[in-house]
Amino acid sequence: MEDYFKVNGTDLTVMVPVELDHHNAEKIKRGADRMIESSNIRRIIFDFRRTRFMDSSGIGMIMGRYKNMRFMGGAVIAVHVNGRVQRILRLSGIYKVIDIYEESPDGCGK
Amino acid sequence: MEQTNEMTIEFDSRSCNESFARVAVAAFMTQLNPTLEEVADVKTALSEAVTNAIVHGYENQVEKIIVRCSISGNLLTISVRDTGKGIEDVAKAMEPLFTTKPDTERSGMGFAFMEAFMDEVAVESALGEGTTVNMKKRIGRPGGENQY
Repeated sequence: MEDYFKVNGTDLTVMVPVELDHHNAEKIKRGADRMIESSNIRRIIFDFRRTRFMDSSGIGMIMGRYKNMRFMGGAVIAVHVNGRVQRILRLSGIYKVIDIYEESPDGCGK
Repeated sequence: MEQTNEMTIEFDSRSCNESFARVAVAAFMTQLNPTLEEVADVKTALSEAVTNAIVHGYENQVEKIIVRCSISGNLLTISVRDTGKGIEDVAKAMEPLFTTKPDTERSGMGFAFMEAFMDEVAVESALGEGTTVNMKKRIGRPGGENQY
């Protein structure tokens, strides 16, 4: 579980697993919320470099974190988004509310 | 006559079986010689249907889910069946962004994804009896070079 999460200052990077389905989305949700409670997190970075599969449960999980962060005045972004993940994110309309990068802006998610 | 083939799997409605179901169906459909994109489309649609059975049909109680796949020519048919609580209003349930469980962060996009990635999606449901999602997709070009 630990290797899914990295804290750097006020950034929480989530290394999204190979498959982001309902099963894994529940794990990420619980882990990320625990990290947000225990550290002063202002931004969540979802790093999709490893991810080959994603369904609507992943969308729900990201939207849930987005709502929580927005409530606290923070932000959510997604990086290393390509191929299949990009298609699913586009189809969901989540592009309208979170910033999505094919690469990694300002070196985050390193 | 077109060749046909069929398989059925039955498994517990545990979330760890979602990936098992995707892999099983993906392996079965390889005989249609699909593109990677087609396999990914079917895996996504199947995953949505199985997740719905777990989260909504059985509300996380452990019961049985039955996935039946058949091939006829280049047509792949998949049915995902649960004997859970059933859907009160199927048309409403299929509306994009509609969910009965917004508090548990369900996106309400499951049926929209199934419809986006399959050629046909039909839902049969009865309250207290369960739900069956029937999906069809043509793989490859019509009358194409699919081989068994």
